[in-house]
Amino acid sequence: MHELSVTESILEIALRHAQESNAKRITDLYLVIGQLSSIVDDSVQFYWDIISKDTPAEGAQLHFQRIPARLACLECGHEYSPEGDLSCPACHSARVKVIAGKEFRLDAMDVE
Amino acid sequence: MAKRVAIVENILSANDRLAQENRLRLAAAGLFAVNLMASPGAGKTSLIEQTLPRLTGSLRVAVVDGDIATSLDADRAAAAGAQAAIQINTGGDCHLDAVMLQKALDQLELEEFDLLLVENVGNLVCPASFSLGTHLSVLVASIPEGDDKPHKYPGMYSGADVLILNKIDLLPYITFRMDFFKQGVEILNPGVVTFPLSCRTGEGLDQWVDWLVEKVKAFKSR
Repeated sequence: MHELSVTESILEIALRHAQESNAKRITDLYLVIGQLSSIVDDSVQFYWDIISKDTPAEGAQLHFQRIPARLACLECGHEYSPEGDLSCPACHSARVKVIAGKEFRLDAMDVE
Repeated sequence: MAKRVAIVENILSANDRLAQENRLRLAAAGLFAVNLMASPGAGKTSLIEQTLPRLTGSLRVAVVDGDIATSLDADRAAAAGAQAAIQINTGGDCHLDAVMLQKALDQLELEEFDLLLVENVGNLVCPASFSLGTHLSVLVASIPEGDDKPHKYPGMYSGADVLILNKIDLLPYITFRMDFFKQGVEILNPGVVTFPLSCRTGEGLDQWVDWLVEKVKAFKSR
């Protein structure tokens, strides 16, 4: 829903790092997005193509690495990827915590 | 010649940095700030209207209202007795962010208040991703929304410090499986402080307000 402001943040970070490394052009960006971060890849790509125009990042390819949700049971310690029901499949406890899936970061980029 | 540049930067880090600035600024002024989040119609503004008169004489309160358009909510807060009420119109954005709150803080003499109530845009998804720099996140749920909301909006339910369950006066008229609701809450946010109440009848409001006043006092005596 807020992919435009999020995409602006990605561009800001990318251009800042490009300047620091004296790059003329950004060709590829490597993004890590957790399943629970409620960000839609296609929507980010759509805004990217518009807002990166006339910047050193114009035409850069976005690569999305999706991180599946991982939960850990606070009762028995079992770790699992939830399917529908969030409770622990081993002991059925409802006391669980999220250990992966909330990521949302720019890991690296290729520049020329 | 292409080369790989390592970055590893959180995409919302710019917002997080500003949120931290807001937090420090509020702390320096001794102003305790609460971020009220909920779906549209859950009763955020009604909760503010019912909370304000119960604080008269004990706390000086400012309200910041976020909406896509209109100043209806700030007007209601002012009418209910807020010493200051500021409306932020997001112009289409689905959430408040740290920059918007910063601009609202610029319009207030922060030292003149004890409590700042920030009413976020009605939305159960986006506000959870954008820290504002407030000290307490309150989620207002309500009976007519249905008992499946924790299961469907895990981000919002897992991030709340306090859960308010509004409109409990409607329980006799609506199918709402309290066990199913509580099970979802318990998975996402074990042991979260919960206040069932009704802004219409007033039931449960004193318990919420007493708890809030204690929180503000504890904050100010740090």
